[in-house]
Amino acid sequence: MAMGIAMAGDRCVAEIQFCDYIFNTIDLLKIAGNTLWVTHGNYSLPMVVMTPVGSGIHGSVYHSHSFDAWASRLAGWKIVMPATPLDAYGLMLSAIEDPNPVLFLKPKALMRVRGDQLIPGEPSDEKTLKSMIDAPIGDRRQWVPRWPDLEAYHVPIGKGQITRKGDQVTVVSYGRMLLVCQEAADQLKTEGFSIEVVDLRSIYPYDWGLIRESVMKTGRVLFVNEDTEVTNFGEHLAYRVVQECFYHLLARPQVLAGQNVPGIGLHPNLEDASIPQKKDIENAIRALMAEVP
Amino acid sequence: MKKTTPAAKVGQNQGVQGKTKNLFGGLSKDLLLQIHELMVKSRILEERLIKIYRAGESFFWIGGPGEEAWGVPLGLLPRKGRGIEYDFFHLHYRCTPTMVALGMPMIEATRLMMNRSTDISTGGRNFSGHYCFPQWNVAPVTSPIEVQYPIACGTAHAQKRAKAKAISIVSGGDAGTAEGDFASCLVWASRRGQELPLLITVQNNRWGISTSYQGQHGEESIANRAKAFEIRARVVDGNDPIESYIAIREELDYIRRTGKPSFIEASVSRLYGHSSASGANFEKGDFDCVREFEMKLLKAGVLTDSRVKELWRQYEAEGVAAADQAR
Ligand SMILES: Cc1ncc(C[n+]2csc(CCOP(=O)(O)OP(=O)(O)O)c2C)c(N)n1
Ligand SMILES: [Mg+2]
Repeated sequence: MAMGIAMAGDRCVAEIQFCDYIFNTIDLLKIAGNTLWVTHGNYSLPMVVMTPVGSGIHGSVYHSHSFDAWASRLAGWKIVMPATPLDAYGLMLSAIEDPNPVLFLKPKALMRVRGDQLIPGEPSDEKTLKSMIDAPIGDRRQWVPRWPDLEAYHVPIGKGQITRKGDQVTVVSYGRMLLVCQEAADQLKTEGFSIEVVDLRSIYPYDWGLIRESVMKTGRVLFVNEDTEVTNFGEHLAYRVVQECFYHLLARPQVLAGQNVPGIGLHPNLEDASIPQKKDIENAIRALMAEVP
Repeated sequence: MKKTTPAAKVGQNQGVQGKTKNLFGGLSKDLLLQIHELMVKSRILEERLIKIYRAGESFFWIGGPGEEAWGVPLGLLPRKGRGIEYDFFHLHYRCTPTMVALGMPMIEATRLMMNRSTDISTGGRNFSGHYCFPQWNVAPVTSPIEVQYPIACGTAHAQKRAKAKAISIVSGGDAGTAEGDFASCLVWASRRGQELPLLITVQNNRWGISTSYQGQHGEESIANRAKAFEIRARVVDGNDPIESYIAIREELDYIRRTGKPSFIEASVSRLYGHSSASGANFEKGDFDCVREFEMKLLKAGVLTDSRVKELWRQYEAEGVAAADQAR
């Protein structure tokens, strides 16, 4: 439907609740990605598909999937994955205006997490905002949201951001894991480590310039995400680092990702054992620091 | 060869006599009491699971309170057992009443609810309502809606090849029928000369989470879509256990006799909303089949006040004990 809307020159944001259920439309996703190319430029499909992703809410097997590694194989799509409300807003506006199909992966565990920065026009008081836009539980037929008057704000697709400056190790992540990486970096900073954290924000196209520059400086890099580890997007980035930065490296590039299990189990022990935890990130950083070329 | 379960036999023998006979479709008193008891047990179990959620002892609840009048007969009538000679169940996440009627003890639903490693359906991996009981051919309930429909065609196909006159039964919700998997099932079940012994059911509660039936469907009934494939189809009042029982019995007989598919759409209530995600609060205005059936039986003198009290007490106690044990 979204593809037809786009083909007719209109625009829409389609939603799939959640990405765990996206697989029965994989054929359409593939076609949306290849249409511009296969039609020799005759049809572009300016459309956005947004879908909640990832674990962290005890959502069990079908509300915890990640889709970033899968998405990175959908050539022809742009793929974004914000970690803060402001980036979510800015990337969404860019996605809507983009002439290509854009997949907007929103970490579901962050949906109610406030960021440090407000969206321009967002009331600073959380209660005020909630009273305006939170639908009541139960019968909501009479209810209408009162959207705050927001100003436009764009985050360009393909541009990452350094969220912690450092010069010993580069940690590249996105989405919910980015926040866990920041916590780990802050923790290790108190022990004297200097860690640079990169929020990739866009998975495709990704900000290779930013990664490269940081790795050239630190010589050590860790890629963190929660999708399963076999054929993981982080592996592609690690490979590229090896190819282009090899003689500047002080340690083997590392990827820390979800365990290669068919799903994320409901019991917290199962979830914690399958998804990178803060402790795992800390350990991986320590191991990188300990490696001697 | 025509096999029936003991429960179905009871139903076919002497019905409740006199004035009440028509009221209860000729079903025997024993059967009526059995259906009522299982409906009560299933309701108490679901309400216990909701309490477990409320107490913070589980992350999520989804289930079938409001579907007892339909779900209990669906568990009583089929040929229960393991393997291709027996009927297969491809259920969705609201089928606790069917599982209770099949004989599932409360402790199993409770362990699943509390994601214990002792949960025999998923070992603590999946949500409540996601039953898997190979000993009764209960295929694993999946979270993705509708995939059970084409899967059911597969077990029905294998049953047909085995010439065992066994049936596959599939159930799901109304909104899920928008998925292509539902259409695939109708196509595969109805190929001329290769029809499948499949009872296709849809429990229509007129909601898909927060999307109402009215806004989503052009067809008058979902059963009409089955008719387009020449599948025998009807709509029943799934809030009425007698009507449901008789309809399911007739359709299972028809499928066993002809080897062809049949379709039942049952109107049901969604008594505690979609799931804990929408609060799991009792929907006061909705038809409560357990209470209504109980009142009807009391009025007709089939059931006594003291039995009602005793049943509710007994199953409350089983529910509490199950939660204690699972803890
Ligand atoms: C393939 C797929 N897409 C989306 C969902 C999310 N989802 C869970 S329940 C539900 C609504 C189902 O409504 P219905 O089929 O009417 O069954 P009901 O819950 O009303 O019994 C949806 C869309 C899902 N589980 N599977
Ligand atoms: Mg429904």
